[in-house]
Amino acid sequence: MHVFADPTNLDAYLSGFLWILKLTGASAVIALVLGVLLAAFRVSPVPVLRGFGAAWVNIFRNTPLTLIIFFCYFGLFSTLGLTLSDDLNLNNFWLGVVGLSVYTAAFVCESVRSGINTVPAGQAEAARAIGLTFFQTLRIVVLPQAGRAVVAPLGSVLIALCKNATIVGTIGLIEASSVMKQLINDNGDAVIPIFLVFAGTFAAILVPTGYFFGWLANRLAVKR
Amino acid sequence: MRMKHVAAVAAAATLALGMSACGGDGDGGSGNGGGKGIVGKAQSQKKLVIGVKADQPGLGLQTGSTYEGFDIEIAKIVAKGLGVDANNIEWKTTVSANREPFIQQGTVDLVVATYTINDERKQKVNFAGPYFVAGQDLLVKADSTITGPEGLDGKKVCSVQGSTPAKRIQTDHPKAKLQQFDAYSKCITALEGGQVDAVTTDDIILAGYAAQSQYAGKFKVVGKTFSTEPYGIGLKKDDKDGCEKVNEILKAAASDGTYKAAWDATLGKSGKAAPELDTTKLTNCGSV
Repeated sequence: MHVFADPTNLDAYLSGFLWILKLTGASAVIALVLGVLLAAFRVSPVPVLRGFGAAWVNIFRNTPLTLIIFFCYFGLFSTLGLTLSDDLNLNNFWLGVVGLSVYTAAFVCESVRSGINTVPAGQAEAARAIGLTFFQTLRIVVLPQAGRAVVAPLGSVLIALCKNATIVGTIGLIEASSVMKQLINDNGDAVIPIFLVFAGTFAAILVPTGYFFGWLANRLAVKR
Repeated sequence: MRMKHVAAVAAAATLALGMSACGGDGDGGSGNGGGKGIVGKAQSQKKLVIGVKADQPGLGLQTGSTYEGFDIEIAKIVAKGLGVDANNIEWKTTVSANREPFIQQGTVDLVVATYTINDERKQKVNFAGPYFVAGQDLLVKADSTITGPEGLDGKKVCSVQGSTPAKRIQTDHPKAKLQQFDAYSKCITALEGGQVDAVTTDDIILAGYAAQSQYAGKFKVVGKTFSTEPYGIGLKKDDKDGCEKVNEILKAAASDGTYKAAWDATLGKSGKAAPELDTTKLTNCGSV
């Protein structure tokens, strides 16, 4: 463990995971909002919106995340000149958040849509019968029940997002996996311990997250 | 009688192995050569596994299943000197991170992969060479005004994550903004697009990129090196005989012109004249 006794290495390790948490946090919020919106599009009565939602899901769910992130840097930033911050690191960070968000939103959308399918059709029909509009039906009747049904799958999406955040390292953000590579590069004799520490830290963050979502899902489940 | 001799060599080898495992300094027992190390392997099996880079134009570049570059030519010269035909070399792609482990675990017999000799690495492996002395330099656009590392303040510099050049920029030129990618090719793309102002690593690697046909005339190497990177050939730490043999081969290559031929066939194409191989500077292979 001499590797982590060195304060510079320890700093790098901590800042690496801090970037991961920041990426996960920012992307999770944006992806959740976007995903729910997309799910609403996909069940809406407007064909254009349905098509848009379906296209989004099919494009981003089926493109490797590495390519999406790569495109965010070399497409959005390099070619199209989209600059999100003047600071080099923050710019890379936000480009990464954009990539992670559009990708994860596709999975959130599909989870939420499957949740909507768990709500009995009679509920929506009843809502229509008392004169609620489509968006009122969705907001007041369907989504609250659908949301409770998809807590566990959304937890899985969040866990995947956290691990996917390491891919932002490829566009130059020194997050956990880049730090790991760097440390392994410098300490060829301690490859396995370094790897175990990083894998262990991910597990330490994500295993409790999984249990928390499992508990939350149970608590919020709609008892039918 | 013959059996006895083999057994004695094996015993000596085992002893050396045991010593190196606990003490790290196993030079004492393996003095007589023969069955151990790359010299022995080259003699008995007539083949070698050599670790090289696969993504460095001009030095070690993999195209399809073949490798080409200056490192590759040097490796071929060494193999030939050890009595191994070029067709019997098994090339293995290494990256900077796995060179020491590959040597230590015996995955490769030799590493010829832009491998800078330094004290930290000498603790783990043995170095023959250097066969080339590179230095950190900057690659900029042809019309750039950057003339050296002093001009980097506030400029965006690109290098590879965790590489020595990247660290040197961080410590010696903290005012430069460092963009790090996982491969130099991305840095080159970013330089071409204007997202970074300079790419930094060893001059010889930069020259390789500048010489690629698709970038002809677009970039220039500043030509003011600010470090010394002697490239060595890595071997197992206790393989002193192998190391000395490789140094002899390099000496011979310098005098009989094969070294210059190797340069001319690869990096020489960028227009740079072949360097002199200074045979007085070859390593002492770990002897004190």
